[in-house]
Amino acid sequence: METTDSKETKKKKMSVSAIKDGTVIDHVPAKSLFKVIQILGLDKIDNQITFGTNLNSKKLGKKAIIKISDKLFEADDINRIALVAPDAKLNIIKNYEVIEKKKVVVPDTISGIAECMNPKCITNVEKVTTRFKVISKKNVSLKCHYCEKITNQDNLHII
Amino acid sequence: MKNKSFVSIDDFTKEEIIEILDMAEEFEKQPIRDLLRNRVIATLFFEPSTRTRLSFESAINKLGGKIIGFADASISSVTKGESLHDTIRMVSSYSDLIVMRHQLEGSARYASEISSVPIINAGDGTNQHPTQTMLDLYSIRKTQGTLDNLNIFMVGDLKYGRTVHSLMMAMSRWNTTFNFISPEELKMPDENKIYLENLGLKYYEHSDFTDIISRADIIYMTRVQKERFSDPIEYEKVKNVYVLKNSMLANTKPNMRILHPLPRVNEISTDVDSSSKAYYFEQALNGVFTRQAILCKVLGIEL
Repeated sequence: METTDSKETKKKKMSVSAIKDGTVIDHVPAKSLFKVIQILGLDKIDNQITFGTNLNSKKLGKKAIIKISDKLFEADDINRIALVAPDAKLNIIKNYEVIEKKKVVVPDTISGIAECMNPKCITNVEKVTTRFKVISKKNVSLKCHYCEKITNQDNLHII
Repeated sequence: MKNKSFVSIDDFTKEEIIEILDMAEEFEKQPIRDLLRNRVIATLFFEPSTRTRLSFESAINKLGGKIIGFADASISSVTKGESLHDTIRMVSSYSDLIVMRHQLEGSARYASEISSVPIINAGDGTNQHPTQTMLDLYSIRKTQGTLDNLNIFMVGDLKYGRTVHSLMMAMSRWNTTFNFISPEELKMPDENKIYLENLGLKYYEHSDFTDIISRADIIYMTRVQKERFSDPIEYEKVKNVYVLKNSMLANTKPNMRILHPLPRVNEISTDVDSSSKAYYFEQALNGVFTRQAILCKVLGIEL
């Protein structure tokens, strides 16, 4: 029995093939996969990337997982995905072993990721990089550095 | 502090606000001073506002400064499709200071990041109009002798009125008690009330002010505009509730003064104008002195 179980677990784990060295981003909501790819600029790098989506997850329903070979992220970079994948977990892999686990943290300020929901904000009219102060991290609420209006989770659009 | 833009009332500390008010007091005693001689001030009114523009231009003229600019975007290259970015870059190389009014929110903050010279925000959409707030503070201090521990009544459109939001933020530094009087549809937004709660300040909300008016030190009236109501019947119901009449002033405090950012429509009945408690026309004149002080402050000019 035990052998079958562990085999099944292994099978499950292998639904996205393992990497030797690099970073695994797990617990990404399935709908946010491509946003995460875009925010981290994964579509513009040469590293080998494998991902799976619509995988079953008890916590998220449908989750996605991304495995990036030979790539480590700075905390500042990785926290940029917190708006779309607040529960994401990072596993740092070395020689097929997880050597470190990290959680994403919603940063205090956000630059160039989200749109301001105010149609009369200058950032929606001219080419201005958006900037927000995060006034609530749990139910994300952002105050625009320019128009000072609040954009909350329900109105959040990722650029 | 040199070459600092004035975009939002929060750009100045409590101490800096007091310095500006003290300076404005000096300008009230002696408005004609040659402090801006050989300085070129640009007044860029992408959105027309005759009152604010004339107040600034009067302040600049009294200080001996030269003015360039436009009163309406239709006579500028904006109509040719020039971006705000390019207009500010260009004008900041022609002038020592830019005073701007723009219909888009956040435009003044953005301009202050592009410009090589200080920006004074003369209104950015519904966001900020900090020189109005400064003249309101000046008027309150002048009529009350202090800014500390006052009871301020804000009446009318508290939802969209940017002057009441900015004044509330500014006055929250002086242990103010606030009374908000407005129709249900135009109540003070929750984020502002949370702001006061976090500071431990008291505020009260009412839908009518006839019975409580005797407690006020300052009554700050604003216009209830018909176009703010989703239901015209709602407007008809409330339009006369937020009108101040002379008969209502009988039991008010002797020090109480009535302020209004103007223009007024019918929210202060004209029989109030002759009352010694009516202060809105003097308030407008105070705008020139405070703007003189703000112009000097952002340019680092001392008296």
